[in-house]
Amino acid sequence: MIDILTAILWLAGSAFALLAAVGVLRMPDVFTRMQASTKASTLGLGCLLLGTALQMGDLASFIRAASIGAFILLTTPVAGHVIARASYFAEVPLWKGTVLDERTRDGERRSATPESGQA
Amino acid sequence: MLDIVSRITLVTMGLALLIAFIRLVKGPTLPDRIVATDLLGVLIVGFIVVLAGWSGVHATLDAAIVIALIGFLGTVAYATYVERGDPQ
Repeated sequence: MIDILTAILWLAGSAFALLAAVGVLRMPDVFTRMQASTKASTLGLGCLLLGTALQMGDLASFIRAASIGAFILLTTPVAGHVIARASYFAEVPLWKGTVLDERTRDGERRSATPESGQA
Repeated sequence: MLDIVSRITLVTMGLALLIAFIRLVKGPTLPDRIVATDLLGVLIVGFIVVLAGWSGVHATLDAAIVIALIGFLGTVAYATYVERGDPQ
C-alpha cells in the first residue's frame, strides 16, 4: 500500500518537474519562465518529498523531509520576487504579447533606485 | 515494482535537468540564466530526495537540505548583482 502511494507520488512529482523544465525552455519571456519554474519547486518537490517520507517511514526522515519542504515553500516566493524585480529594472525586454505593464508610464520605466527619487 | 518506478522517476528528473541546462546555455539574458540555475537547484534537490527514498540512507537527505540552502543564497546573490549593475 505504501509502495503504491510512493510510486504515484514520485511519478507525479517527476512529471511536474519535467513540465516545469519544458516550460522554462519554451516560454517566451523571463517572467513567464519564472511562472513555469515555480511548479517544480512547489508541486513537484512537494510530491517527491512526501513520497520519500512515506517510503522511509521513520520520524527522523519525516522531519528532514518536512524541513526541506518548509524551507523551499518559504524561500521560493522571496527568490521569485527578487529575480523579477532585478530583471524588470535591468530592462529585460518583455514579451511582445504583454498586455499590462503598470510601472511604465510615458514610455519609460520608473527606476526604484534612490538616486532617481521617484520610487 | 518500486524499483522500476524509482528508475523511471530518476530518468525523468535527469531529462528535466537536461532541459533546464539547455535554457541555462541558451538564455539570451542574465536573468534567464538565473531562473534556469534556480530551477536546476530545485531539480537537484528533488533528484537527491528520490535517491534517498530509493536507497534508504538518511544522510542523503541532509545533503538535500544543504543544497536547498545554498541554491537560495546563490539566487539572491545573483539577483542583487543584476540589480546593482556592473561594479564601478
